[in-house]
Amino acid sequence: MTVRVQSEPFDTGAELNRFAQGRRDVGAVVSFTGVVRDTAGDLQEMLIEHYPGMTESAISNIADEAVTRWNLDDVLVIHRFGALTPGTPIMMVATASAHRAAAFEAADFLMDYLKSRAPFWKKEVTSKGASWVAAKDEDEDALKRW
Amino acid sequence: MNVVYFAWVRERIGLPQETVKTEAATVNDLIAELSAREERYAAAFADISALRVALDQELSDFNAPLAGVREVAFFPPMTGG
Repeated sequence: MTVRVQSEPFDTGAELNRFAQGRRDVGAVVSFTGVVRDTAGDLQEMLIEHYPGMTESAISNIADEAVTRWNLDDVLVIHRFGALTPGTPIMMVATASAHRAAAFEAADFLMDYLKSRAPFWKKEVTSKGASWVAAKDEDEDALKRW
Repeated sequence: MNVVYFAWVRERIGLPQETVKTEAATVNDLIAELSAREERYAAAFADISALRVALDQELSDFNAPLAGVREVAFFPPMTGG
């Protein structure tokens, strides 16, 4: 299991190539990449704040639960913080398991939990000023699926 | 104890963290103490439903006891992913 919280950009392709490499028991790898989206139309940057220490432990706990629940062979979570420009990756998850159903479901679970239970806060900076992104009720509701 | 603030809570109170000497028994008691201090605290804690709290870096609730707690964090609902 790998959990990385970093300000530096990462290369999704390179990370995915490295993930679960050399293992003969893995039959399925699923990945998700979250990208900074310009919803306002003039997004200059996305500022991501986090809670050092709690971020790493919260993500590790979520990843541990995914490994146990879906019997994953491996899991990778990378999440950036700091100033990000539109079109660049914010975060990625990858799951590896014997069969695809488990890999897909576990990745979905990880995303739902990272959204509402990992201590990150997003602030959008546009030409009109900066504003915090509000959490959505449906993101909280999504946790009830699990 | 160490009290830390994130996102708009940090901006509204005007500092990222501070050491608070308190005898508060619960998170709610601590909020009442801080809110009584100055308007900027009262403003930040005006709507508790818009806030989350972590005790020693674990999500908790506002009725939780503070005995033995070293760090309390206040922040808005998280927006990761």
